[in-house]
Amino acid sequence: MTVPLLELEGIARHWPVKGGVVRAVDGVSFSLRRGETLALVGESGCGKSTTARLALRLIEPSAGRARIDGVDINGLSGGALRRMRRRAQIIFQDPFASLNPRLSVGDAIEEPLIVHGVGDKAARAARVRELLGLVGLAEWQAGRFPHEFSGGQRQRIGIARALAVQPELIICDEPVSALDVSIQAQVVNLLKDLQARFGLAYLFIAHDLAVVKHMADRVAVMYLGRIVEVAETRRLFADPRHPYTRALLAAIPRPDPRRRGMVTPLGGDVPSPLNPPPGCRFHTRCPLAQAVCREVEPPAVEVAPGHHSACHFAAELPPVEQVAEGGLSPVAARRLALFGQSAPSTLT
Amino acid sequence: MSGEPLLRIEGLRTRFGTFAAVDGVDLEVPRGRTLGIVGESGCGKSVLSLSVMGLVPRPGRVAEGRVVLEGRDLLTLPPGEMRRVRGGQVAMIFQEPMTSLNPVHSIGAQIVEAMRAHEPGARDLRGRAIEALRRVRIPSPERRFEEYPHQLSGGMRQRVMIAMALACNPRVLIADEPTTALDVTVQAQILDLLRALQAETGMSIILITHDLGVVAEMADEVAVMYAGRVVERAPVAAVFEDPQHPYTIGLLGSVPRLDEDRARLLAIEGSVPPPFALPPGCRFAPRCPFAVAACREEVPALRGIGAGHGVACIRAPVELAA
Repeated sequence: MTVPLLELEGIARHWPVKGGVVRAVDGVSFSLRRGETLALVGESGCGKSTTARLALRLIEPSAGRARIDGVDINGLSGGALRRMRRRAQIIFQDPFASLNPRLSVGDAIEEPLIVHGVGDKAARAARVRELLGLVGLAEWQAGRFPHEFSGGQRQRIGIARALAVQPELIICDEPVSALDVSIQAQVVNLLKDLQARFGLAYLFIAHDLAVVKHMADRVAVMYLGRIVEVAETRRLFADPRHPYTRALLAAIPRPDPRRRGMVTPLGGDVPSPLNPPPGCRFHTRCPLAQAVCREVEPPAVEVAPGHHSACHFAAELPPVEQVAEGGLSPVAARRLALFGQSAPSTLT
Repeated sequence: MSGEPLLRIEGLRTRFGTFAAVDGVDLEVPRGRTLGIVGESGCGKSVLSLSVMGLVPRPGRVAEGRVVLEGRDLLTLPPGEMRRVRGGQVAMIFQEPMTSLNPVHSIGAQIVEAMRAHEPGARDLRGRAIEALRRVRIPSPERRFEEYPHQLSGGMRQRVMIAMALACNPRVLIADEPTTALDVTVQAQILDLLRALQAETGMSIILITHDLGVVAEMADEVAVMYAGRVVERAPVAAVFEDPQHPYTIGLLGSVPRLDEDRARLLAIEGSVPPPFALPPGCRFAPRCPFAVAACREEVPALRGIGAGHGVACIRAPVELAA
């Protein structure tokens, strides 16, 4: 077995607060291979963004370790840490908040090259032009400032900045959540194109499962600081083996009026990560909870190769009711195809 | 589509200085049903709803048109009268319930205040407010009555907003992205609640959203807006099964679906034009793969194509144009 590009092992981050400890991330393990996309999904407060930051050691873990290419990044410092970080970059949900408003876009993209001591001035300028082209922006836009760009364009700038130092891994923290749907599709397509071209691995943090299904090779579902299920994408969507995953999937509003009202929503709210419930953390909302769930924390079991679920009844859950999903009507499908064929390809 | 609609918007134009954020919109809200208004940022959907409420922020103003609720044009009402309509017959909920609630007053006090504003002489407001909280399925409403907004989750706060909006039994509820800030399981609860309350009260809902999934779950009629205009109007099934306007088609293609695998999303190239730099003719033409010279000459009117379906495109249906 080859060494995974990124590996988290029992990583945790606890924040002491008045009245206890917030267990934001509480023992998360997974690995990510080169060129692979692993999605981390879950609702607000599940710890997915904290996990992303732990993976790059942007915050220090309370326990556990993160390895990049087999090297524990928590044991690194100074130049060694900086060299390691060059291999793993991050893009954020709100590209406006993560861009310095006083730096021109060209300077913002050049900055990581300077930090990592890449090339001379002329070489860096050429690289900035190349990067702008890669993300679908024009060279002349290098002199412009962030406020002159739309949300989708700013996300392209964020992507160019992350790509600048030729990383192997990009952590995408809700990269399309703040964008309008038509722009979201552009950025999703761009991320897929760049991955195919440069063999990038993505740790893709998102709450939109439809986007995740489109982007990811594997999916890890988080709830209250823990991974409750992980599987290859197709498997996770076809045969989820954790009641929380099932509830999440059922709750997605489908763009299909024929399916209306076919789902009973999950009750209750996500409990506070300050003093999470004992036993299985999901038992307070789980429609299938038994006595054992309230007392014993379920270990992750492998229900099929590569498919793990932390539910006492993972193997016994009935198959998911496959509600007939008709897909697009023939008329709509034909028109979408025509739209795609005739789309003007070079517009910025 | 039977009988006179509850609310009719005619030729509505809302200007901010020289440009119109809503530029000639005609819509009907059927009784006891839901009109979904779909569009992306800047399409004018929120300004449209504020225009109906008489709440357009300065320097904006409604320059033209009528908003007729049960025979009365709301735009001609004196301010005092409009204040009674607002919250009385037409109520509104917003995307971010935290910013619409006052953090220094208890939930209960805020609901009571809303009730008192509309019925100065009313009694037992506390009891009625608790009843309103129970109606939106808030557990232990007596306790919640005393609590403050920060003590509630996002979903609970949105329930409080709905309770407050429904306190005076409005005929129309305008819901502007009511679930956009919520987690998906909580969103499902709120949508379920809105459907149940509509069945109970017979109110009409104007649902403003960018999410086609939410539209499919909730709307009976749909209006798709682009750059200040309605580009397509149809019963909900027709929008998904027989989308006519290229923008509607592009939107459908931009959304990843759980029920199919596509290597690439459609993506509409370019971005929405700002209202001060609108292209001539059809506003979608610069991004439209089907556009021809004629599209850039004249703004296309919404034309009926039968069964309550209208489209503002000279190239529709696109299979004949391509």
